[in-house]
Amino acid sequence: MSKNYYDAADLRKFGKIIEWNEELGTKFFDYYGKVFEDGALSAREKSLIALAVAHTEQCPYCIDAYTKDSLQKGITKEEMMEAVHVGAAIKSGATLVHGVQMMNIVNKLDS
Amino acid sequence: MATKSLKARNNDIANTQRQLEILSNGIFANGELPTFATKIKETNQFPLRPKKLEILQINLGYMCNQVCDHCHVDAGPDRKEIMTIETMNQCLEVIKKTGAHTLDLTGGAPEMNPNFRWFVEEASKAGIKDFIVRSNLTIIKANKKYHDLPDFFKKHGVHVVSSLPHYTKGKTDKQRGDGVFDKSIEALKSLNEVGYGMPNSDLKLDLVYNPSGAFLPGNQQALEQDFKKALKADFDINFHNLFAITNLPISRFLDYLIASENYEDYMTALVDAFNPSAVANVMCTNTISVSWDGFLYDCDFNQMLNLKVASKVQHISAYNEELLQNRNIVINQHCFGCTAGAGSSCQGVVA
Repeated sequence: MSKNYYDAADLRKFGKIIEWNEELGTKFFDYYGKVFEDGALSAREKSLIALAVAHTEQCPYCIDAYTKDSLQKGITKEEMMEAVHVGAAIKSGATLVHGVQMMNIVNKLDS
Repeated sequence: MATKSLKARNNDIANTQRQLEILSNGIFANGELPTFATKIKETNQFPLRPKKLEILQINLGYMCNQVCDHCHVDAGPDRKEIMTIETMNQCLEVIKKTGAHTLDLTGGAPEMNPNFRWFVEEASKAGIKDFIVRSNLTIIKANKKYHDLPDFFKKHGVHVVSSLPHYTKGKTDKQRGDGVFDKSIEALKSLNEVGYGMPNSDLKLDLVYNPSGAFLPGNQQALEQDFKKALKADFDINFHNLFAITNLPISRFLDYLIASENYEDYMTALVDAFNPSAVANVMCTNTISVSWDGFLYDCDFNQMLNLKVASKVQHISAYNEELLQNRNIVINQHCFGCTAGAGSSCQGVVA
């Protein structure tokens, strides 16, 4: 048993989750595959969104997968880093916007 | 970025036996990964057999003005192997009598062979349907004596297939050397000026994309769209098709994979992406590759591993299409590169 919670080799085993619940696992992967097809957004744009979300979710498997996926799609490192900054801006903005709640409470309670 | 070939650096990977040892031992010998033969046996495609010959690929020499990181030929300015006029004449005899519809001249930089123009002139008389010259583009701008190549290609109706790793300077120069991108753009403009690559033009200009590192190429069609959009917007450049080619784990790319500790992961990715339906259409099934010294191979990659055709006929001087049709294609683990995902060949995806 690995002493680490995350093992890069586990990413290759992702498909095995179907083995313990075929119906839900299959539905998930069908949905997942469909989401990343070209649509109103291109598959390329979706990869960059996924890469940004992978960082905000801090999912090492997702970061690994969508960094490789971005490289395969010919996306440059500059584009990838910009996507990560978009994620970071939303994440920090989401923290900061809660400051309004703090201000509201302070204004209500503090005479 | 190296400036010399592996051979000139006395790197042990320059030794084809060493490359074959690496491809046969380790993760393949210990059973961690199945061999290519095992995989194609599982899908009843072993032994791999040739179909009708369609493409005659001739390597005019390993000399090149570039030293690209991933070059499977290990070409460079220090490589002196070039095809002699005697071997060219033997090739011409075969071109005239073969049933192949495509003649594919490659290198190194084929244009650097001093008899390149003579050979093109003679070969073009044979009435080949598709006459390809694989140009690295920068050669057109490397020296004044090559500046008229676009006109020369046009005169002989040559189909130009050119490598361009990416539509951005950074990625291209990283793989091919400083300044390569700017020179490539200049060369593409010169080709466009004489009509190559223009919409509805018969002067075919195709680009070749291969990944800049240890990952597989993405969707060829999507990459083509991205290349077309960016090259048009940034430089007003036109081309016809983009061929996405997977990097095969041989020569300089193998050296890179080992040095960067990516070898096992890359081979695993290739094996995981094995596509049985790509096997029937890999290039070795309809191609014969001729080396600078006239020996025959199933493909350009086998040529670089010195894996000659498994036939009594192994040299262009004794070429016999019937005998060659009866051979088994020589395979090894590098063949996973041509069967991964959508498959890969000198003409791009195959499945």
